[in-house]
Amino acid sequence: MENENNLPKKNILSAQIDLSKFEPATEEEKRQQDVMSKSTTFFRDGMRKLFKNPLAVLSIVLLSIIIVVIVVAPMIVPYEYSEILSVNGKRDKGAKNLAPFEYSEMEQQYIANGGERFPHIFGTDEQCRDYFIRVIYGTRVSLCVGFFASIIVLIIGVIYGSISGYIGGKVDLIMMRIVDIIYSLPDMLMVILLSVVLNEVLVFKAGSTLAKLGTNMISLFIVFGLLYWVGMARLIRGQILSIKENDYILAAKVVGAKSSRIIRKHILPNCISVIIVSTALQIPSAIFTESYLSFIGLGVRAPMPSLGSLANAAREGLQSYPHKLVFPALMICLVVLSLNLLGDGLRDAFDPKLKR
Amino acid sequence: MAKYIIKRIFLAIVTIFVICAITFFAMHAVPGGPFNSEKALSEATIAALEARYGLDKPVGEQFVNYLKQVIFNGDFGVSLKNGREISAIIGESFPISAKLGLMAMAVALVCGTVFGCIAALMRNKLPDRVIIFFSTLFTAVPSFVLATLLLLVFCIQLEWFQVWSVNSQNYLLPVIALAAYPMAYTTRLAKTSMLDALGQDYIRTAKAKGVSKWKVIFKHALRNSLIPVITYAGPQIAYIITGSMVVETIFTVGGLGSKFVSAINNRDYTLIMATTIFLAALMVVANLICDILYKVVDPRIQYD
Repeated sequence: MENENNLPKKNILSAQIDLSKFEPATEEEKRQQDVMSKSTTFFRDGMRKLFKNPLAVLSIVLLSIIIVVIVVAPMIVPYEYSEILSVNGKRDKGAKNLAPFEYSEMEQQYIANGGERFPHIFGTDEQCRDYFIRVIYGTRVSLCVGFFASIIVLIIGVIYGSISGYIGGKVDLIMMRIVDIIYSLPDMLMVILLSVVLNEVLVFKAGSTLAKLGTNMISLFIVFGLLYWVGMARLIRGQILSIKENDYILAAKVVGAKSSRIIRKHILPNCISVIIVSTALQIPSAIFTESYLSFIGLGVRAPMPSLGSLANAAREGLQSYPHKLVFPALMICLVVLSLNLLGDGLRDAFDPKLKR
Repeated sequence: MAKYIIKRIFLAIVTIFVICAITFFAMHAVPGGPFNSEKALSEATIAALEARYGLDKPVGEQFVNYLKQVIFNGDFGVSLKNGREISAIIGESFPISAKLGLMAMAVALVCGTVFGCIAALMRNKLPDRVIIFFSTLFTAVPSFVLATLLLLVFCIQLEWFQVWSVNSQNYLLPVIALAAYPMAYTTRLAKTSMLDALGQDYIRTAKAKGVSKWKVIFKHALRNSLIPVITYAGPQIAYIITGSMVVETIFTVGGLGSKFVSAINNRDYTLIMATTIFLAALMVVANLICDILYKVVDPRIQYD
């Protein structure tokens, strides 16, 4: 038997709807469902807030300028960071410690004879090398170190923290005791110690990329990988402990998702803001550490400059050539300041809860 | 509470032990014994020297012996470079570093708190902006850059201060260089915690009861806003100890920090080992005290 809507007879417990009891929506009512403005994603919303923050925008502009300069400058400036200046193939012995935009006698002669010579924007150093290009490469090295060190910290910290937080129980207890001990080690002293030792222990084939980077650099990365991830691991663990109590995690488990999938698809995306912010704030601190190590003589290998080692080298002739200190020092401050401001801006935009 | 303190002390002891172990075995991983770098010695002499310093024994036994010596006699052995007793070197140079460090810490804490409170009380007015501008700026200046710039400007260009020597011991510039970063950080910390405290209900209650403005600020807000500042004291000590290494080197202050840096440059392994253990233990103990103090000051914190 069928009722007036030609629907099969409804079971008492069925959720089936009887359409006759509803009336169609008018056009006006339908329009209420229209999305007036474009829907925003979490990322876009954060970005919008970030670009409203003048300090963050300033730091982004500054950083972009610095990055463009360090990428483009080596293509324009015809000198190499380790190149000892020469004119027409002859070594230019007079080009030592030139002031900014100054030419040596040999170069002046060369220009007088109709030759063209690229100016030494920051002058030259005590070994007749163009100082501008050294500062540029120094900035490159420092930024790269900061970036890669943070990536290492990020990867290890996230993996360790999510395993510990997700599994919980005894595993968590043991993993966190290990973190506690590493966390209470004085990091800087351990960095210095390990750099001293690894410098002697690690030997690379001459000419390979690793050797070019220098054992100091490698040991710096190793040290970051060994020690600095604990802060990140703690943070991630704390986040996961609170997130995994949510019902959608239970739902995913009930459906039969594997732990690795739950962590990757459901938990990590929910703590992404914490990850972004603390990684952004990790970069300047890594740059600080690198420049500090370079300064006490444990930084990059000799011909390769870093901002810290340039500042250290400038101490020798401080009285006569103060500009050699000022350029790398200013560069460190600019880079760290803009990264700090950017990190603060990201924190305010993506995770207002973290605000100190 | 007692349980928490015992747990923390236990963790600190474990940490110091781990530090000793890492330092010792790391230094022993360095290829070449301590007598290789000197003039060529005959095999017999090296063997005799190794026997004298106990270097012919297995590494594990050497470690135990080293620990025993350090703990019971305070004896860190002798410096590889000049043969002096390391405990004597530390004993003579550490007081200088300690004086410098404590002064820097006091300056950072006091000035940081004062500036932070001023910034919080005059929120969004000119003094607040100026203070926050400078504290943001100074968190981006590494201590060695600031120290070298101070040296350049005040000792070399203006000649207001003499470069450090035995006769003229002016702590002013090194203290400024060392205190700048922690001070900037403390300022920001104190500002936010002061603002936080001022927004609490008990402040409103006190005001409503007619307590005078300054009494509210000093008695109710300030005391509560100091708690995060105390938590930062631990990391601050660590920062000042590492910072003092470069600052002392730059101002040629003959403290432990500059001794450490020169030991690194000379590859003086026994001195590096001893100084690392000494400073690390100092940091761990300082952190321990700060943590316990923190719980004492703020009973709201739960013991985990």
